[in-house]
Amino acid sequence: MKISIQINEGPYQHQASDTAYQFAKAAIAKGHEIFRVFFYHDGVDNASRFTVPPQDDRNIVNNWASLDIKNADGEPELVVCVAAALRRGMLDEGEAGKNGIDGNNIHPAFRISGLGQLIEAGIQSDRLVVFGD
Amino acid sequence: MLHTVNKSSFERNSLQSCLNTIDDSSVILLIEDGVISAAKNSKSFMLAELATQGRVYALQGDVEARGISSKLADNIKLVDYAGFVDLVIENGTAVSWV
Repeated sequence: MKISIQINEGPYQHQASDTAYQFAKAAIAKGHEIFRVFFYHDGVDNASRFTVPPQDDRNIVNNWASLDIKNADGEPELVVCVAAALRRGMLDEGEAGKNGIDGNNIHPAFRISGLGQLIEAGIQSDRLVVFGD
Repeated sequence: MLHTVNKSSFERNSLQSCLNTIDDSSVILLIEDGVISAAKNSKSFMLAELATQGRVYALQGDVEARGISSKLADNIKLVDYAGFVDLVIENGTAVSWV
């Protein structure tokens, strides 16, 4: 089955992203397809490539990246809500350029896009599971 | 439908809201701090009837992490993450009470 996931909370403060990651990993192991993971609200903080947790702690950002969730065109399907991201200082190269900011911090396994991607995920998938706090 | 509850009933009333809302074919999966409601002598009486019907699940890793494995109320079914995936597949729409 096609499953999509929505994550509304950032890493480390809440368990939501950890639970969602373990769920996604188990779904893939069972042969299901993760169509898209949509990071919304504080969930956008899961996409920072500057995350450096202590060595004996899990790296939630790299965990998500390691699932290698992509579409048929090879684009990442770890999708970060653009409006939620920009107001929290999460930018990719394109958004940094557009807004005249001299850096970007979105991990390459993720991409920034709009809320329409969440709606589309809901329509295209057999199941949409929300993780938040 | 599958209803997931991720908060203790001592912290929020999301479990009670869920119980007030669900229909006869729905099942509940307790995750994260929601598993505290699966402990004996907590507010588990809220779930007792549904548990008797085999409609209450709790995520095993979260139960163990909170030290309540030996204090589980009767008839709560433990599942791992693979079991969580199966519940999502088998029960149609998944509702998250957060």
